[in-house]
Amino acid sequence: MFDSLSERLTSLFNRLRGKGALTEDDVSSALREIRLSLLEADVHYKVVKELIERIRERAIGSEVFDSLTPGQQVLKIVRDELAATMGEERRSLSLESRPSAVILVGLQGSGKTTTAAKLAASLKKDGRKPLLVACDLRRPAAVEQLERLGEGIGVPVFKDLELSPPEAARAGLAAAADTLRDVVIVDTAGRLQIDEDMMAEIGEIAASIEPEERILVVDAMTGQEAVNVAVAFDERIDLTGVILAKADGDARGGAALSIRHVTGVPIVYLGTGERVDRLEPFHPKRMAERILGMGDVLTLIERAEEQFDGERAKDLVKRIRDDRFTLQDFLEQLEQMRRLGPLSQLLEHLPGGANLAGSEVDEMELRRTLAILRAMTVEERLNPSIIGGSRKKRIARGSGTKVRDVNRVLSHFEAARRALKSFGSRRGKGRFPADLLGAR
Amino acid sequence: MSPWFDRLKAGLSKTRNGLTGSLSSILRGGGLTGADLEALEEVLIAADVGAKVAIELVKGLSGALRRGDDDPIALLKELILERLAGSERPLSLRSDGSPSVVLVAGVNGTGKTTTIAKIASLLRAADPDLPITFAAADTFRAAAIEQLSIWAERVGGDLIGHRPGADPAAVVFDAVDHVIKRGGVLFIDTAGRLQTKHNLMEELKKIERTVQKKLGRPSDERLLVLDATTGQNGIAQAERFHAAIDLTGLVLTKLDSTAKGGVVLAIREALGLPILFVGVGEAAEDLDAFSARQFVEALFD
Repeated sequence: MFDSLSERLTSLFNRLRGKGALTEDDVSSALREIRLSLLEADVHYKVVKELIERIRERAIGSEVFDSLTPGQQVLKIVRDELAATMGEERRSLSLESRPSAVILVGLQGSGKTTTAAKLAASLKKDGRKPLLVACDLRRPAAVEQLERLGEGIGVPVFKDLELSPPEAARAGLAAAADTLRDVVIVDTAGRLQIDEDMMAEIGEIAASIEPEERILVVDAMTGQEAVNVAVAFDERIDLTGVILAKADGDARGGAALSIRHVTGVPIVYLGTGERVDRLEPFHPKRMAERILGMGDVLTLIERAEEQFDGERAKDLVKRIRDDRFTLQDFLEQLEQMRRLGPLSQLLEHLPGGANLAGSEVDEMELRRTLAILRAMTVEERLNPSIIGGSRKKRIARGSGTKVRDVNRVLSHFEAARRALKSFGSRRGKGRFPADLLGAR
Repeated sequence: MSPWFDRLKAGLSKTRNGLTGSLSSILRGGGLTGADLEALEEVLIAADVGAKVAIELVKGLSGALRRGDDDPIALLKELILERLAGSERPLSLRSDGSPSVVLVAGVNGTGKTTTIAKIASLLRAADPDLPITFAAADTFRAAAIEQLSIWAERVGGDLIGHRPGADPAAVVFDAVDHVIKRGGVLFIDTAGRLQTKHNLMEELKKIERTVQKKLGRPSDERLLVLDATTGQNGIAQAERFHAAIDLTGLVLTKLDSTAKGGVVLAIREALGLPILFVGVGEAAEDLDAFSARQFVEALFD
């Protein structure tokens, strides 16, 4: 849908190539592209304005003019500026007192209840004993939703429909102390930041339990309003953190940048799926890259590192460089890749990958390839050149495919081997594949 | 002015001062300077119209303005209204006595269930005897079935639901069966799904296919519920949902906030979909027909 900013800048500066030195006008056209890109990512327009000024100063006063790759240089300045705005690396929740309290607030439909369950699950995993407290007594079945989620993760839910929300919060905290739960997570009703009564109520709830963490849950798809919302909640209950929900879609999430810039409140987590284990730490630099449309390659690398066996990966890189990569390695790689999760989800982390997911990459194709590889003997996988006509027929029969499918896999493999070889020999420069394989 | 416009204005009063301030300074000066045009562009961008559309509109304005001392804001409003021509349309139900089916879809948390409740309440108010059926096809989110059943009870209608985790298409199969026997209107409440989730979009297609198979024709309305606070991702939402189930229209919810829902201008340009309703609050009666004129006025409030 969007061309990535890096593509736009590269083509812009390519046009300028051969003109000799860059002028201030050239920088201005680059800045126009950057402005558009940030606005398309839903960064607040006032924040965009300030950022552009800062970027202009740095670009004009810097190495950009002399650089051979001005596009990359400008992009780096933009990314660094964005990352700096986004603040420090993740900070975990601070929940020292016993019992301590977290309150979740936000607009209707931002994802508070699901986030409450995710937080509870994550705290439980860390050895805490959370108690979910239902304070959304307005939306039909909101309490039931929290109860179901609590059942699913084995975390008790406190509710008392007779009480007002501030009373329910206080009673929940007392119940936690009585039942030896050490942290309460209070799920509140969605409210508009301009609804005076409801905002007064959230102030009362916060005052009644004095929670250590006061978290705003924001939909990653939010537009220019995000700033107004965050400022209003921050003024009322002095927010300590923000969770960006529904960040697993293709929204670029400029809201995160705007909120951080305007309120100074750090983003703590991203919600990245409907399942309760889908809560990821926030990384400023990655978010900056995502807002710029550079894709979330680093997250993918990190996940790959969790899955891949480091020693074997190093060995593999060596084999690739020595051009000893075989179908056996190919099969093992595909099997490891499967363990990372469905292909579509992997692709969402790559630049432009969200557009690829589902439409062009076929999960069935991958399965077919795996079946064909598994139908080969070890000898065939180690030495594909022995695979002649009759072996192909046998492999096709064994994998339930056609000979032309076997041919396709063999030629894909040959292409991949050559590509990997060229990556392998460029180590240090094109670090991506080596990193992806877990060898640092 | 309709009540929703008054409520809108009431809601907007807090932010209006800043915007009118910057706009009236434009008006005082007579001609438009570059800074004025930029200020106008920013007003549009702040309303989530998107940079591309905002730049086009302001360019169109500065081209049109040279004719004399037109009121620039009035002219800009007209330019936007031109883009919204044909965007108003009422809910289209069968008048031949056969059952009507309204399929409601959208990303998570936009207000699908509440919107269904509101539309059903409108129909109920107009006709106390109309049979209304609700299909709880959100079998994924915890307590979604309960939420819909509470509304079904309040509005007065039948709820067709299976157990949590059931195949939504199976729920729809039974619900269409029910409405064929019973007549009236069927609302299908689907689970929220991000448009990038391939499998969930396939599930949605299957739901519509089920209706077609059972009914022998497509659903009468396939509505996308769009949250007015959504930014430019709204375009991707509309495009992907349209590609999946060939939308017949939009519902813009949560317009009682300070959000203006300006992204519908870009959606309108890309897909030409009408906007049937706007949601302006949590109560069942907080739903009104979309009015292009009022929408445009609100952009500048």
